[in-house]
Amino acid sequence: MIPHATQQLSGWGRTPVTECDVYRPESLQALEALVTSDEQPNIIARGLGRSYGDASVNDGGGVVLATRLNRMLSFDADAGVVTCEAGVGLDELVNAFLPKGWFLPVTPGTKFVTVGGAIANDVHGKNHHRDGVFSNFVAWLDLLLADGSVLHCSRDENADAFWATVGGAGLTGIILTAQIQLLQVESAYMKIDSRRCKDLDEVLAALSESDGRYRYSVSWVDVLASGAHLGRSFLANGDHASRDDLPGNTTNPFATRDKRKLAVPIEFPSWALNSLSIKIFNEAIYRTHPTRNNQIESYDSYFYPLDRIHNWNRVYGKRGFTQYQAVFPPDQTEGIREMLEKLSAASLGSYLSVLKRMGPQGEGMLSFPFEGYTLTLDLPFRKGAEPLFEELDRLVLNRGGRLYLAKDVTTKADVFQAMYPRLDEFRAVKAKLDPHNRFSSRQARRLGLCSNGKAAN
Amino acid sequence: MSTQIRPTVVVLGVTSAIARATANAFADAGHPLVVAARDETELDRIASDIRIRYGVDVHTVSFDATIQTTTESLCERCIDVGGKIAGVVVGFGFMVDQSTGQSDPGVVRLTMDANLTESAVILERFAAHFEDQGAGFIVGIASVAGDRGRQSNYIYGASKAGFATYLQGLRNRLHKQGVRVLAVKPGFVDTKMTWGLPGLFLVATPDAVGQTILRAVQRGKDTIYVPWFWRYILLIIRAIPERIFKRLSL
Ligand SMILES: Cc1cc2nc3c(=O)[nH]c(=O)nc-3n(C[C@H](O)[C@H](O)[C@H](O)COP(=O)(O)OP(=O)(O)OC[C@H]3O[C@@H](n4cnc5c(N)ncnc54)[C@H](O)[C@@H]3O)c2cc1C
Ligand SMILES: NC(=O)c1ccc[n+]([C@@H]2O[C@H](COP(=O)([O-])OP(=O)(O)OC[C@H]3O[C@@H](n4cnc5c(N)ncnc54)[C@H](OP(=O)(O)O)[C@@H]3O)[C@@H](O)[C@H]2O)c1
Repeated sequence: MIPHATQQLSGWGRTPVTECDVYRPESLQALEALVTSDEQPNIIARGLGRSYGDASVNDGGGVVLATRLNRMLSFDADAGVVTCEAGVGLDELVNAFLPKGWFLPVTPGTKFVTVGGAIANDVHGKNHHRDGVFSNFVAWLDLLLADGSVLHCSRDENADAFWATVGGAGLTGIILTAQIQLLQVESAYMKIDSRRCKDLDEVLAALSESDGRYRYSVSWVDVLASGAHLGRSFLANGDHASRDDLPGNTTNPFATRDKRKLAVPIEFPSWALNSLSIKIFNEAIYRTHPTRNNQIESYDSYFYPLDRIHNWNRVYGKRGFTQYQAVFPPDQTEGIREMLEKLSAASLGSYLSVLKRMGPQGEGMLSFPFEGYTLTLDLPFRKGAEPLFEELDRLVLNRGGRLYLAKDVTTKADVFQAMYPRLDEFRAVKAKLDPHNRFSSRQARRLGLCSNGKAAN
Repeated sequence: MSTQIRPTVVVLGVTSAIARATANAFADAGHPLVVAARDETELDRIASDIRIRYGVDVHTVSFDATIQTTTESLCERCIDVGGKIAGVVVGFGFMVDQSTGQSDPGVVRLTMDANLTESAVILERFAAHFEDQGAGFIVGIASVAGDRGRQSNYIYGASKAGFATYLQGLRNRLHKQGVRVLAVKPGFVDTKMTWGLPGLFLVATPDAVGQTILRAVQRGKDTIYVPWFWRYILLIIRAIPERIFKRLSL
């Protein structure tokens, strides 16, 4: 028996919670021994558990924490190219390389995700409209297969394995190592232009107009605004601040003041999250964020406002929540309006809602983003939530949109299949690399990602 | 590499999460390192990681506590690659389930050899070296398990008690020479040694332990419990009269 801890595990949304046997190898040899052993019917890799749903949980099976295999192996300081193990956190990359003038080429809204998680969900950031997905900056990766061998994958070598692993939700094998191209920056600060938009039409127009001019763009939507105000938003466009953008007396452009970390000490009771508290919250965001140009803000507060509050996922109470994220083609923005209308009608309540324009699709077989607009909402689980999710799923599908594996926790297999035309191609590569489904997760079984059509075991 | 003004520190058993965190803490404070372990693949990976993150020089040396030629030569080999050495941290150790040792003499020997015998063999060399040098520090990782023998873990506990006593004597011997000896007694720490064990509580992170060890060295401490409250937990446990203690299932 290989030592493991039996834990009640969930994704970031804290639902569903299932019992999993959790392994945490600290050496390559220990990892390989686990993968090739007959411990557990199947296993799935897990990084920092920041996907919201059941991507890195495995009820009745094994979960392999990658976080102790987090060694940086080489860094080319002239080219900004780092080779590291998949358990390295994006926060660790920032801490190590931002002082040297290099930042993440693509970053999600939290820095507490691993390189492995960023690849396995092919994550996107506020610069998707111009820089695309995370895998655009991955030169190659080494993948540990079920038989214990290591496959070197890139655009030229084992390309099918590369494009199945990128966005492949951990199902092709365990990513050991990757080489990543970082982005050169002149400071740890951002230069932000922000404005309010009074309704959906205005924010959509503003997004497509300003996208070409800024590396980063994102808008926060007030979900409770309805009628004439539907889609009322706050748009924040930004670029990395150059040295010249900073005050003349700046001695170190890479130094930021460490803000103290806050924590949510207890679970919020569900009454804390009623439509009034959310209305106040959204109103406050809208009111306190006036239209302004050239504001200088630290990278941390622009990219990772939520990282300051340690367990912020507890505000949604015991029943947990999900983050519902859909992308719509450019000519289907009506879908966004319909979604917002549905949500302001159902008084489920979402604290945070984000709208963003997406650039061209990448090559990952199950990579989520395609050109258009993506709307993201936090939705608490409570009575009436599941039927609403089903309605939303149908709405998204009818509008030619699709959902994101990193967030999804309720979708049905047939809906997912209809949303991802390359699913069969993915399954074929998966079957070749992992014929006995050594790698499987709750999500994989729920959505039938593994074998042809059927949910695998 | 950054300009090196601080002296080199040796960390033995750096594949241990506690030892790695301690190495990180010293590197972050600007010390170049010599790191040693038995698994050379992991050793090299950890060494490059420290170089990249902290910009200090890191040399590697391999040893295995069950191979005497490697422990007897370890100090010399560290000096060969590292030059002037300011201090050494003994971070390796061995613990398996107590019941294994009760039926397997090999496990008893391994536990005593790694935690006590070979640790002492290695440290005698460093002690002589620091004595000649007239300066240096020695850090040994003992354990709260050595403070009182319990049926569930007394073989390991005995090796750690022996090691703590060894460090105590060494401290007494080297004090006049200006060499400091720190005994670290961790409670439960979240490492591969404890992963999945039942009954853990108040578990500390390796990083917290590494930081604490660095500070204790900087302040010239003799014995520390990490986290600090274990000192008081052990005070209570030691105060229980043996005639009662022997009846408890601990
Ligand atoms: C506050 C917040 C904001 C976010 N913002 C964004 C955003 O803006 N854009 C975006 O795209 N996403 C976003 N996310 C989602 C997050 O980026 C992804 O879910 C990411 O995959 C999480 O990485 P992780 O290390 O936590 O992995 P986990 O959540 O533990 O796992 C995610 C997937 O990666 C796989 N995996 C992990 N490690 C490995 C490995 N070594 N080898 C193979 N497979 C592996 C797992 O099996 C699983 O399928 C956000 C999440 C949060 C909590
Ligand atoms: N974790 C706790 O709760 C706790 C509490 C009190 C004290 N401690 C002590 O802290 C120290 C570090 O342990 P840890 O918790 O970090 O656990 P760990 O990861 O298991 O560390 C043990 C280390 O010792 C090495 N080692 C074992 N046998 C060896 C041998 N024959 N030759 C060379 N190296 C050998 C291991 O090498 P490999 O990696 O190659 O196996 C590893 O580096 C140990 O002395 C332990 O007793 C731990």
